[in-house]
Amino acid sequence: MSLELSQPLQESVDALTENFSDKLIEVYQSSGDTFVRIEAEALVEICTFLKQKHNFVYLTDIAGTDRYTSDERFEVIYNIISLKDQVRIFIKVRCDEESPELDSVTTVWKGANWMEREVYDMFGVQFNNHPDMRRIFLPEDFDYFPLRKEFPLLGIQGSIELPNTTPDTE
Amino acid sequence: MKLSDIQSKVHSTFFKEHQKKLYQSLEDKHTTIEEMDDGDPLSSKMVLNMGPQHPATHGVLRLVLQLHGETIEKVKLDIGYLHRGVEKIAENKTYQEFMPYTDRMDYLSPYSNNVALCIAVEKIADVEVPERAHYIRMIGCELARISSHLLWLGTMVMDAGAISFFIWTFKEREKIYDIMDLLAGHRFTVSHSRIGGVANDITDDAMGAIKEFVETFPNELKDYHKLLDRNRLFFDRNEAVGVLKTEDALDIGAKGPVLRASGYGYDVRKFSPYARYSEVEFGVPTRLEGDNLARYFVRMEEMSESISIIQQCIDKLPKGPVRTDNAKQAYPSKDEVYYSMEGMIHDFMMTDTGICPPEGAEAYHAVESPKGELGYFIQSDGTGHPWRMKINAPSFSNLQVLENILDGEMVADTVVIIGGVDPVMGEADK
Repeated sequence: MSLELSQPLQESVDALTENFSDKLIEVYQSSGDTFVRIEAEALVEICTFLKQKHNFVYLTDIAGTDRYTSDERFEVIYNIISLKDQVRIFIKVRCDEESPELDSVTTVWKGANWMEREVYDMFGVQFNNHPDMRRIFLPEDFDYFPLRKEFPLLGIQGSIELPNTTPDTE
Repeated sequence: MKLSDIQSKVHSTFFKEHQKKLYQSLEDKHTTIEEMDDGDPLSSKMVLNMGPQHPATHGVLRLVLQLHGETIEKVKLDIGYLHRGVEKIAENKTYQEFMPYTDRMDYLSPYSNNVALCIAVEKIADVEVPERAHYIRMIGCELARISSHLLWLGTMVMDAGAISFFIWTFKEREKIYDIMDLLAGHRFTVSHSRIGGVANDITDDAMGAIKEFVETFPNELKDYHKLLDRNRLFFDRNEAVGVLKTEDALDIGAKGPVLRASGYGYDVRKFSPYARYSEVEFGVPTRLEGDNLARYFVRMEEMSESISIIQQCIDKLPKGPVRTDNAKQAYPSKDEVYYSMEGMIHDFMMTDTGICPPEGAEAYHAVESPKGELGYFIQSDGTGHPWRMKINAPSFSNLQVLENILDGEMVADTVVIIGGVDPVMGEADK
């Protein structure tokens, strides 16, 4: 499938193909958005390259997904913007179910801190070298990862301690 | 202040592990090497828990502040008290069924949220929207922006000490609620946008009310400016308070007015115009200072830009249908449902299965909500439910900014800075 890329995006993708040909898995478009899937171990390297050489200075979001497949179950998507060229690109990496681990990009964009914590909270993907790897929405006492597909919609009974509803009785 | 000291004083009754890790993380913040324990002979250090029930935190935000006298040494935020798991709910609902939930995310500007979801679904499912619907959406979004900024203005000035001002801005908000009532049939949670258009056309009553509001509001705005722009008290509370430096703003990931007050003119309406924003003229107000006062000016100017956008939309409002006439993509009109068999079937199909984007499709679409870039990332598996829907909430990112800018400020300024950043917990906590 041929890609319809705007000129700055084409330049960035060409530069990626040139410099990281063995780390790049695929480049594709869906509904007009451009996605670049890369090897997980090259994540920080490629992000640094994009930030420094192609002005992708602004990280707007990190999304995790559960693909629910037996290999490379979790996928993390980095949504980055170049303000100079006015383009948006999505970087994707995948990791296994057994030990879902990725390198943190907090060294590249400081704002990744909470976004990575959210991915950890929802999917249990650990980020190495993260300054503050705690859950963000749910309390630490909670043992499950709610956005994984096997987690039931109604929650799990007794998984979390609830406050006493009749405070007068001790 | 050491973790053991805190724990000897605080006896948490539940979420013990959570409290322990939170205090530990506060202790670890900015600590790269073992700190010299010089003791605290004057006992001027303390750890202050603010919230989640504190009235000035605008919802259920909890701040754990380590104070040295009246200065904040470091701060950690604890969010999630309003976590309802909307992303999980979204995976179990059809796209249209999920739309009312978006009203309850950023509940101060429900209209923008509806539009954000609908445009994202339209992008992934390739739905054409009639011209008139685009303009109605823009009018609704800009009214929502004014409404949200009015609440911010009232509460922020109240946090700074002027109580009566809050009532003034609410007088204007009340008018917007009345307009929403006439426009959408609901005052607060409007749910007016539909995939493929909007629920109903603007009535003459609604149009009259909007026109009146557009005419009278600039005068009110002038009064607000008159009260605040040269107000010494207001200046002293806001100038050079909560400064987000230009060089940090992008790195930390600030959004919306907070980012624009720090010098970057990033606005999704200009960056990738949606609806018909490419056909109206408006400016993107920016400031360089990055303090609370800059955020005040940015938001005030945005309100007058919004008024001008609404005026242009009213002038340009084309005639025509307000929802796409394709039964596979959008609900049929009620006339059709009540008087024809096909309409009835299509209505049932839309409710039961809903719109099905192609399998494996992915799309991200963002709108400029009053708080900043609000984006929906959707992955489809070919059914009527999204496989994954990620909501990129601006308040979430802006709270992260708050955690960074509060360090070194005075404790009395905390509420003003929270007010200036303007987080909505319904959105940040998802």
